[in-house]
Amino acid sequence: MALITCKNLSFAYENQLVIDNLSFEVKTGEYLCIVGENGTGKTTLMKGLLALKKPTKGEILTGDGLRADQIGYLPQQTPSQKDFPASVMEVVLSGCLNKKSFSPFYSKEDKEKAKANMELLGIWDKKKECYKDLSGGYKQRVLLARALCATSKMLLLDEPTTGLDPVAIIDFYETLRELNRKHGITVIMVSHDIKEAVKQADHVLHLTQDSYFFGTTKEYIKSNLGKEFLGGYENVG
Amino acid sequence: MWDDLIQMFSYPFMTRALIVGILVSLCAAVLGVTLVLKRYSMIGDGLSHVGFGALAVAAAFHIAPLYLAIPVVFVAALVLLRISENSKIKGDAAIALFSTSALAIGVMIVSMTSGMNADLNNYMFGSILAMSEEDVRLSVILTLAVLVLYVLFYHKIFAVTFDETFAKATGVKVELYRTVLAFLIAITIVLGMRMMGALLISSLIIFPALTAMRVCKDFKSVIICSLILAMVSFTLGLALSYFLATPTGASIVVVDMVFFLFFFIAGRKQG
Repeated sequence: MALITCKNLSFAYENQLVIDNLSFEVKTGEYLCIVGENGTGKTTLMKGLLALKKPTKGEILTGDGLRADQIGYLPQQTPSQKDFPASVMEVVLSGCLNKKSFSPFYSKEDKEKAKANMELLGIWDKKKECYKDLSGGYKQRVLLARALCATSKMLLLDEPTTGLDPVAIIDFYETLRELNRKHGITVIMVSHDIKEAVKQADHVLHLTQDSYFFGTTKEYIKSNLGKEFLGGYENVG
Repeated sequence: MWDDLIQMFSYPFMTRALIVGILVSLCAAVLGVTLVLKRYSMIGDGLSHVGFGALAVAAAFHIAPLYLAIPVVFVAALVLLRISENSKIKGDAAIALFSTSALAIGVMIVSMTSGMNADLNNYMFGSILAMSEEDVRLSVILTLAVLVLYVLFYHKIFAVTFDETFAKATGVKVELYRTVLAFLIAITIVLGMRMMGALLISSLIIFPALTAMRVCKDFKSVIICSLILAMVSFTLGLALSYFLATPTGASIVVVDMVFFLFFFIAGRKQG
């Protein structure tokens, strides 16, 4: 049983079809990159996976004991977060909220989990610092730690490297790869950077205006779509 | 000076004003942090005008003012909080739309019925004399309820304020908390209007939060700092208005302004 199975999915906004008849699956421990140009429905698909938008046709099934609210989501940063007064600890802890919908306070268990995830990402010594004062790379680590508090199974990332400087990007990809390989966390990443995606992921879902490609990265590099978009960039993998 | 202060509180209406005023200020301060961070600073202003419209209607039909104004403002708050960037009418435009429409309806009804009487005038500009014994009791209960609810929902409110999409994706019932927030705001605004007036109530909401944010670096300390600021500036403002015989609302705003400038400079120095 796959972690996530999408069967004949269609999404539409006010009768405008954005995604038509899309099928793919993600197994535990895989690293899938969703690529495609603007307007091909990457964000819509993401919302669908997070159960924030209902598909007009088809279904999204979760397996391997994954609940819909157990997806660790790393959203794009919003403008209001630029001046938000919050300590790193407060932000990370807010990832723990989904399990206990009634208790008004964080348990000891929550705090330990937050600590473990912050140590994993090397930000425990920054726990009292103000989130808005951190560099872009550290901000992403904080949000990753928060996402890991919400899940131990799957991360879903929305253009995570936007606005990061080149060193931070390399660093971020390395962190992700480690989480994927060492800790067995399934990763689904939406990205516009196809070349980098091919280097990182083991599966690729490429959305285009009227069709799509889904397969392993090796298949993708050999496919016509892959050749076209990678443009002679074949010596990877 | 000390004698003056004792004399000030020998008037029962001053004690009443102090108790209710501090409680309302505390509610406004905690809610204000969320509203300012969510870019909803003007919502207090808009809702107070809606409140004014509702009170005018209540006066014309002889309905108890609070029982009409709280539900109406609650509905308006719910609608305004729901309007996101993607809706056809943007948030700031929607607030302006609501506030002017409600004000116009209020003025129409007032001029068709009784004319601008003292009661409505008080709602516009605020008066500490407007508080009856019964008002005080209701205000104390409601404001305490607001504060207790805020403490109970504190972490969820933080999560929803910081990142609504993430909260929603991880199964936090964002809609529920938005409704709770709208309810808390409605109560605070309607109660605060009597003292501060529809024109100045938004200052109770935005000033403590903005001032606290100049120097505080995390959410909890911003909340605590704005609570203290709200309490201190209300008390000082009330005393100022008593000694200078100036309107209460305006006096409090002036104190708020001084604190803001002071914190602004302190924040700059801190870097």
